[in-house]
Amino acid sequence: MRVTPILLGVLALPLPMAAHASTRSDVAQLRAELEAMRSSYESRIAQLEKRLAESEKKENALAQNREQTPPAYSAPVADAAVMQAPSAPTTDVMPKISLVLQGGYRAEKDIANRTPVGFLPASSDTGSKRGFSVDESELVLDANVDPYWKGHATFSIIDGAANVEEAWFQSLQLGDGLTAKGGRFLSNIGYLNNQHPHMWDFADAPLMYQVMFGDRLSQDGVQVTWLAPTDQYLEVGAEIGNGNAYPGTSHPGAGDWTVFAHTGGDVGISSNWRAGISYVQARADNRKGTINDLNDVSADTYFSGKSRAWLADFIWKWAPNGNNHNQYFKLQSEYFHRNEGGQLDCSNNLASGGSCVGLTDNYTSQQSGWYLQGVYQFMPRWRVGLRQDQLNVGTVDLSGNAAYLPATSYKPEKTSIMLDYSPSEFSRFRVQWAQDRSIQNLPDNVLTLQYIMSLGAHGAHTY
Amino acid sequence: MKYLALLFGLLSALPAVPAQAALKVFACEPEWGALTQELGGALVSVYSATMAQQDPHHIEARPSLLARTRNADLLICTGAGLEAGWLPVLLAQSGNAKVQTGQPGWFMATDGLALLEKPIKLDRAMGDVHAAGNPHIQQDPHMIAAVAQRLNQRLQQIDPANAATYQHNYDSFNQRWQVAMARWEREAAPLRGKLMVSHHKAFTYLYHWLGMTEVGTLEPLPGIDPSAQSLVTLLQQLKGKSVYAIVRAPYNDARASEWLHDHIGAPAVELPFTIGGESGTDNLFGFFDVTVKRLLEAH
Ligand SMILES: [Zn+2]
Repeated sequence: MRVTPILLGVLALPLPMAAHASTRSDVAQLRAELEAMRSSYESRIAQLEKRLAESEKKENALAQNREQTPPAYSAPVADAAVMQAPSAPTTDVMPKISLVLQGGYRAEKDIANRTPVGFLPASSDTGSKRGFSVDESELVLDANVDPYWKGHATFSIIDGAANVEEAWFQSLQLGDGLTAKGGRFLSNIGYLNNQHPHMWDFADAPLMYQVMFGDRLSQDGVQVTWLAPTDQYLEVGAEIGNGNAYPGTSHPGAGDWTVFAHTGGDVGISSNWRAGISYVQARADNRKGTINDLNDVSADTYFSGKSRAWLADFIWKWAPNGNNHNQYFKLQSEYFHRNEGGQLDCSNNLASGGSCVGLTDNYTSQQSGWYLQGVYQFMPRWRVGLRQDQLNVGTVDLSGNAAYLPATSYKPEKTSIMLDYSPSEFSRFRVQWAQDRSIQNLPDNVLTLQYIMSLGAHGAHTY
Repeated sequence: MKYLALLFGLLSALPAVPAQAALKVFACEPEWGALTQELGGALVSVYSATMAQQDPHHIEARPSLLARTRNADLLICTGAGLEAGWLPVLLAQSGNAKVQTGQPGWFMATDGLALLEKPIKLDRAMGDVHAAGNPHIQQDPHMIAAVAQRLNQRLQQIDPANAATYQHNYDSFNQRWQVAMARWEREAAPLRGKLMVSHHKAFTYLYHWLGMTEVGTLEPLPGIDPSAQSLVTLLQQLKGKSVYAIVRAPYNDARASEWLHDHIGAPAVELPFTIGGESGTDNLFGFFDVTVKRLLEAH
């Protein structure tokens, strides 16, 4: 990976700047302290002035002065009872902590391998989750480390397992529009990829994300982004990671890399938009995927090779006068095109009545897909949404494995409608109905009831 | 990897932005943009992230704001948590070292001021309370004067070459401001002691300044929209009280205040809330002229 030295070079940049910035921040701190002292004196003086003004007023009243003069102004002074109260945790010294609770109820058919037909799935089985369930609870911590870095962690917790979803640090002082990030983070490719499930407008990820990344692409590595010095928003960036996550697999060294560019702006005061294009390349070594073979028996496949994908994303938001409290509309769409080339092994499952004999042979595929969704808030607290998902199996060349695995020209698709109600900014209830035709001959109607509760710090949301 | 090199190559070939003498100022709210304009004059080029029709509590960190934050020399915001839902994203993604927390280019208007209504207990069951105290200080011209004093110092610190001009602008502004405040206070004397109902607790400093008393809010709790039930409760709470006016900001839904007006008779008044909120409020002087006039003419 030729890019590694560049990235390391960029990461090393803040060090010579540190000394300079630290004297600056010392000055700023001294100034802040001086200002705090002065303001405390000012408030005491204001109190004295207030008392003075009050006694003057009494004197005036005694003097029977009938002239209409407004009483003297008293600067706001926090009253004693409040002053004695423990100070509110508004300083950002402590990490901002928030917890997101999610769960609900789902009614759908009992299907073991709920993977769109014709795609090699992410190994983590997205099987049925029927009835009542508690989804992952998300614990988020976020704070500035010092003047130079910011830190962030997101843990997902469910039934005895805690996962580190994100754990990264990010530069604050590189300047010139440059930002570097290191650790584990959600990749900046596409639009939806770096959003956590509680921010989604639907209860599940679009089919496109399910087949591309098993919901989303997570990176263990570094990211560098650069914002152009123009009034038109233009961001470009690159990431390099270990590529452990689907569509890659774990192996030593750098496994995947991405590049992306986003631009956007305002149209009048009521509309704004963002569009982007991204590229991701990953390497897979024996990537496991479980599909149904020609005998309709579950078969484990192992893919080794390269996976390359292009993504295009677009979002347009509208709110009257840019005030989204009462009403807003957003239109969002993403498209991907992926080609994979290498070797595929379908491990022997003859014993369970399957058709695979354990052959390893060439495999190439060119596949694509998209989703288009609209979400409309028609009155405060209430929103409706419609999403159309479409995948194109494209051309798949199984070589010798064509004798054991099914070929299909079926186009998986899914239509979802949702209605959600948010009693406040911190709670949301959703009902979603989807007609899922992602598996040939197994159309399903899926009903989802969902709740999302956000506790703690006020999270700032990305666009 | 060739693509990446090509992309960066192309971008670095973009024409460099011509060196501009004017200090680029990113104002979170129009009132701070207007104040910076008063003190900076031709030395500053001000961009306001929000306008009067928008609720500063709920703004999206949209692409145009990111681009403007990236290029700012000075970021001036209310602070005290008002922009908690969007400003952190702008700062974190801007790649601009000058305006990060604690840097000279980072200016929070509420810093060092004694804020009213600082909660003793923090619990979201009490609504989306402002933990640091009520941040809507721009409703009191004395607060504006205090911010102007600090902002003058900060502008001189960031742009020392033009310190004399900033000082001159500040002296001129302050003199006119003191005169104007005395006039507003004289004009508004009849408002003293009046009982007020507000949509959100956004006018606390206005009431404090003019000696009015807030006897209720249309929002049952901060950040929670009025409902039919909460309005009936409010109506009962207001029984026997002679409410002078029901006030709201331009971005508030008018229906709740009109409903209350129909039931208690007190006039529903839309106040500018900030610069540009009503015609005639394109600067800070006009903002208070219209605010005081609207209140006086309510009856
Ligand atoms: Zn507020």
